[in-house]
Amino acid sequence: MRGSPARLALARWTPEILLALALAALPFGFDAALHSVNLLTRILLWGLFGLGFDLLFGYAGLFSFGQSAFYGAGGFTTAFLLTSGVLSNVWLAILIGVAAAAVYGVVVGFFSLRRTGLYFAMITLAFGELSYFFENSPLSAWTGGENGLPGVPYPAINLGPIHFAFSGSWRIYELVAAFFFFGYVFARFVARSPVGSVLVAIRLNPARTAALGHRVAGYKLAVFVLAAIYAGLAGALLGIFQSYMPPDAFSLNTSGQLVFQTVIGGMGTLIGPAIGAAVWLFLRTGLQQIPYLSVLWKFILGAIFVLIVSLLRKGIGGAVLSLLKPRRWALARLDRGVLAAGEAVAPRFEAPTQPRRGSAEFALEARRVSKSYGGVRAVSDVSFAVPEGELYAVIGPNGAGKSTFLRLLSGEEPLAAGKILLYGSDITGQDVTRRNQSGIAKSYQINQLFVELSVGQNLRVAALARQRGALRFDVFRAADSIASVERVVGALLDELGLRERADHPVRELTHGEKRRLELGLALASLPSLLLLDEPLAGLSATERQEIRELIGRLRKGRTIVLVEHDMDAVFALATRIVVLREGSLLAEGIPEQIRRDRRVREAYLGGVKAPANA
Amino acid sequence: MPSLGQFLSQAFNGFAFGTLLALISSGLTIIFGTLGLVNFAHGAMFMVGAFTAFVVLSQWHSFIAALFLGAAVLLVLAVGLERGVIRFYYNRPPEDQLLVTFGLSVMLVEAVRALFGSLSQRVPIPQWGEGIVNFGLFYYPLYRVEIIGIAGALLLGLYSVLYHTSLGLVVRAGIEDPTMVGLLGIPVRRMFLIVFAVGAMAAGVAGVIYAPLAAVIPDMGTPFLVEAFVVVVIGGLGSFGGAVVGGLIVGELLSLTSLFDPAYSQAAIYAVMTLILVVRPRGLFGAEGRA
Repeated sequence: MRGSPARLALARWTPEILLALALAALPFGFDAALHSVNLLTRILLWGLFGLGFDLLFGYAGLFSFGQSAFYGAGGFTTAFLLTSGVLSNVWLAILIGVAAAAVYGVVVGFFSLRRTGLYFAMITLAFGELSYFFENSPLSAWTGGENGLPGVPYPAINLGPIHFAFSGSWRIYELVAAFFFFGYVFARFVARSPVGSVLVAIRLNPARTAALGHRVAGYKLAVFVLAAIYAGLAGALLGIFQSYMPPDAFSLNTSGQLVFQTVIGGMGTLIGPAIGAAVWLFLRTGLQQIPYLSVLWKFILGAIFVLIVSLLRKGIGGAVLSLLKPRRWALARLDRGVLAAGEAVAPRFEAPTQPRRGSAEFALEARRVSKSYGGVRAVSDVSFAVPEGELYAVIGPNGAGKSTFLRLLSGEEPLAAGKILLYGSDITGQDVTRRNQSGIAKSYQINQLFVELSVGQNLRVAALARQRGALRFDVFRAADSIASVERVVGALLDELGLRERADHPVRELTHGEKRRLELGLALASLPSLLLLDEPLAGLSATERQEIRELIGRLRKGRTIVLVEHDMDAVFALATRIVVLREGSLLAEGIPEQIRRDRRVREAYLGGVKAPANA
Repeated sequence: MPSLGQFLSQAFNGFAFGTLLALISSGLTIIFGTLGLVNFAHGAMFMVGAFTAFVVLSQWHSFIAALFLGAAVLLVLAVGLERGVIRFYYNRPPEDQLLVTFGLSVMLVEAVRALFGSLSQRVPIPQWGEGIVNFGLFYYPLYRVEIIGIAGALLLGLYSVLYHTSLGLVVRAGIEDPTMVGLLGIPVRRMFLIVFAVGAMAAGVAGVIYAPLAAVIPDMGTPFLVEAFVVVVIGGLGSFGGAVVGGLIVGELLSLTSLFDPAYSQAAIYAVMTLILVVRPRGLFGAEGRA
């Protein structure tokens, strides 16, 4: 449908090819009389620095204001090794500098990633300032303090008779351009890989990403360290490029300039930071030649920045990209992935063939489970056991602790007391991510979708965790290239009746479609135990019927715990019903028993007659 | 080891600087608490206050006039920024709010640089602040003693407004639940404007007070912004009490460590901040939830 494999390959590599051509052509179209070639090199250094930052901020949504720490760490480590005579091999010094930045990234990430949002920004900023201070005072014997480190040598290649020194502006440009190019290629690999998809999911909805079985903290630390590596490499090259490592590499202004350039150029575009750097550096050199405006160049940049943040959220790069390609282009990739795996798509979304573990009698067992908030006992001493393949409904008046109980089962909240067993093995101590990997998935009362992504991409994020584990760095394959994932996505699109909507972003869906997708996200984990929190809430009669039928189909081969207020649905679907009142178990039995149970009628139905004809 | 006199003198220094930091941080924290917005331009507002002091004191030599004009300049500036830019950001993600206030901060700093240049301006200590006080064990510059009084009085005033007036009640309710306050028929948007202006004025007035002790340059706000961040991370973002206690802790830490080795005074506050983050991530007085 979309052309031959060769054309697809060309489409995949288009950005890389264009970049390579641009890097090769720029020096020719460059007016050396107006600007020095060093300006180009400087733009590429900032662009390289920004590649990591864009993965961190543009993809994963982690707004660090302390990237200068790693830029400086990489730069000063390399510069120190070379100027002090410890090392003479420039390449090795760069490598060690990058490694130092990575290690520092682990340390800073360990502390700063404990918090998110504004706290994260402020903490990284403080670490950046701390690093600047360390460079300036306690470590000044090694870093040169306020003077920095002059005399950083150029690298050279010595291969027997071949000797090639990267000295002089053009040679350095070539060196930096090569690093930038391969840095870009690698960043694109990451962005297109399953890891890139998970990073975007983390930005859009970290809690759901974790609940879908992705080890969020691990991915965050990984991308934080990756950004530190890019920063360290850019810093190391800066010292070599200038033959001098300046102390202000560590300054807040460095981090600020990076943020500026990335936002102006376009977040989440990878090339954006380089575009932003070009705007910054050309504007500065340009405006400085105009009288009266020379003092105002940074003010003007600030104004441009404020305008872009306010009006052009994806920056210049994002705006250009959205003009270049029709809106569906990026989303169409999904369809291609699904179609590629199309032949293998099962007619129906099959239940997982979950191996029965041991000789466990029950799929799920809750033993004397309790939970309190402050003095309020939300759930107290609830025990029940669900045999495999049954659909248990949990009902009760508002405030009975049903949703809390479901959160305890899914692992979103820790228990105060009690035990939870899945197929006989104790999963009480597992967090939500581990439990998903163990085979529990939950659909939420309030939709927890990835709103900027398409329907297919939503399902893919969910399916990826089951197929490749909680944490994996498979950056050299595309997110849509894993056959087993695409099979699940394709089958689910059919099962949910969303095939036609696969390419549509979630915000374009109707409420009913969103509810189905919400259920689909849980299903994509291929759970052996499915938890449904009010799947029918807020739906029209027709939509309710659709979901009820869907749940009916899903029952085959699955164990389900359902919390629902729609009594018709509960009595029609459930094999057994558990009634909670004020956090305690009031009654349990088959629907007929519950319907006749006097206590249930009094407590739950307020003495009115039970729904006779469900 | 330093003598008792040196120690007390530095402890006093820390107290003076701490009250000033508390004043700046309380502005940052009430803006965050009410509007949910971390004002990256807070340091620049402090700087604008200091430059107002420079202009006024070199014209009229009246410190009282500088205080009032500093507050007035910040009031106008804050109202302009809130109406013109900030209010469009209340419903946007926190990162956007940080970005836009960062951009505004750069514009403020560069506008001042264009007007006054990058060179350091000197602001004289007011006449009634000249001289030193004999505390028995140590001598201490009079103006720094007065700083404690002025900044302390302003903090007390801010506290009274927040905790003993109906406006304060509304503001504190808004910190808890702005939607509910809006539903009760209280004009939340106008309250936001007032809080933003009060927070900005706290930073500006702190700038006026500090101007005689500092090199007044366009970039002078940055270290104060960073230190105010450290203060609110320690004290708990959004907590007035946390800003005051955090300010005093940071002030004392900076002063007392410099008694032993000035090179490590900055490191000390970051070390304490990191410790707090590990032991008590929401800060000393911070509530769960926001941020």
